[in-house]
Amino acid sequence: MNKLIQNEMMKLIAKKRLIVIALIIGVLVTLFTYAQYKQVQTQREKLGTSDWRTILQQQIIDTTNRLSSSRMQDEWKKQLQISLKQQQYYLDHDINPAEPGAPTFMRIFLENSIDLFLPLMVMVIASDLVSSEHSLGSIKLLLTRPIKRWKVLLSKYITLCLAVSLVVAITGILSYLISGIVFGFKGWGAPILTGFNVTETGLNTSEVKLLSLWKFLLMDFGLVWFVSIVVGTLSFMLSVLIRSTAAGMGVMLAALISGAILTNMVSSWETAKYLFMVNLRLTDYMKGTAPPIEGMNLSFSIMILFVWWAAALFVSFFVFTKKDVY
Amino acid sequence: MEKNITLSVKDLKKEIGKREIIKGLTFDLREGEVFGFLGPNGAGKTTTIRMLVGLIKPTSGSVRICGFNLEDHFQDAMKNLGCIVENPELYPYLSGYNNLLHFARMLEGIGEKRIKEVTELVGLTERIHDKVKTYSLGMRQRLGIAQALLGEPKVLILDEPTNGLDPAGIREMRQFIRYLAEKEGLSVLVSSHLLSEIQLLCDRVAIISRGTIIRVDTVEHLLANRERVVWRISPFEKGKQLLSSLTPIEVKEDGTILTEFNEQKTPEWNRQLVEAGVSVTEINRKMPVLEELFLELTGGDTIE
Repeated sequence: MNKLIQNEMMKLIAKKRLIVIALIIGVLVTLFTYAQYKQVQTQREKLGTSDWRTILQQQIIDTTNRLSSSRMQDEWKKQLQISLKQQQYYLDHDINPAEPGAPTFMRIFLENSIDLFLPLMVMVIASDLVSSEHSLGSIKLLLTRPIKRWKVLLSKYITLCLAVSLVVAITGILSYLISGIVFGFKGWGAPILTGFNVTETGLNTSEVKLLSLWKFLLMDFGLVWFVSIVVGTLSFMLSVLIRSTAAGMGVMLAALISGAILTNMVSSWETAKYLFMVNLRLTDYMKGTAPPIEGMNLSFSIMILFVWWAAALFVSFFVFTKKDVY
Repeated sequence: MEKNITLSVKDLKKEIGKREIIKGLTFDLREGEVFGFLGPNGAGKTTTIRMLVGLIKPTSGSVRICGFNLEDHFQDAMKNLGCIVENPELYPYLSGYNNLLHFARMLEGIGEKRIKEVTELVGLTERIHDKVKTYSLGMRQRLGIAQALLGEPKVLILDEPTNGLDPAGIREMRQFIRYLAEKEGLSVLVSSHLLSEIQLLCDRVAIISRGTIIRVDTVEHLLANRERVVWRISPFEKGKQLLSSLTPIEVKEDGTILTEFNEQKTPEWNRQLVEAGVSVTEINRKMPVLEELFLELTGGDTIE
């Protein structure tokens, strides 16, 4: 089995996928770092001070102003009210919500890349793992060795898991290093609030507690990794089912983008919560943002993703071991 | 002396949907022989070969490689088999050596020594560390063979091995296959849609059409009495009358005459023509083309 994984790794490296992905991540992190830097600067200019309390107060005033607008949709309003309460809570307890520093940037970057950017990167690796062997024709050589088919597929899947872990690690390392140059590398111990519960009556702060940022980040990374594995497994299944890499990528891309769109508009279509793509923003539960559909929470989303993962894995192995290769 | 049977196929069938593609094939391969699998495109050659190498599951029937049933003892059976199905599709982004390493890792106990051996055998030593995408088609074909030979198989299955090769490449490939069978004692199964190729390469041939084997025989038997001679003579009428008095003839539209080929009689006919004052501008031995052979064997059944 080790030798098979070595083979898959050799092919993956020769295809230079990981390097391309690392480059993309590097470029994006640099862009975001610059954007964040600009944002901090303009805020400072506007308020004439770098004191975060004034900034937070300004934000609260902004939010209140927006809330008083009558043309606002109900769900949007609810969300704003919740974030208003959060901001108020930070202010009352003298906690800086965006403690500047590389770890904070990392957290923000992770939270924003969990539902689209990282899944896309993972998809780039996963979606041609099997289908490229088909389009190349090398599948015929691969399956005419004295090795059972499920072992061949398992070696590919393990390779995928390793590659996904590597991509998540690269994301963490690059976002820390690049943003650290601008914002400084400190801030691991900064306190951050978590445990907000959004219920039907609004924000429930009874379980709110303070966490060190590094603990929070560790949890974030766990969630990001889990989401990436699930998305990777789904792309892997499509790669087994659809021979053309482009078609497989297209289907997965459509699913991911529709997820991003759906989360903004499905609050009245309740059964949509069983779709995997509206459950990808796991880190939002840690922050206490309102879920797209009522009744969704962290364990629910993890369960849904787990079911999709298991089904995709089963389908992949079932089809791969049974199907005739032409 | 009956030689060992290395590949045994019994009543192999394949249905796709309700259509029966392969309708019960039975044949054996013996040690050290080159066995031709001859049929037009669409006769079921590739489907059959894919069933022999485990890519397609047969609907019924059995394939035994060196005594191991392919379905029940896949690993043991495949250890004795090397194959190229259609073109040898190796990884273009890896070097030739890494390709061989890749497939050696999938076999037990095959290491660098054997990789070096097969590289030398197919004459790729100089270019083995170059990327496969820089290889010519002939080199890819040779690398494909090297890959198939890695596990020291008893049976080698090659699907259209000369496809896309230039004449020199075809000759080289032919000699190599003969060498493997005669000197290394491999059983080689070669598929082709070209009768001429099979004739030069194989000891025995199975002719397949529409998913059934029409005939299995040695090449000599198959082609016996089927060779023709093309005559171009003048004056035409006189020559025609003389020839038709000697043997049944067939007049072609382009002004040539066809007769059967007979080792003893054909020179005799020529002599008689010359003596009668007919000048012979062309005598040409002609192999039957596959289509004609088919027409004869199937009794007018056309190729799909």
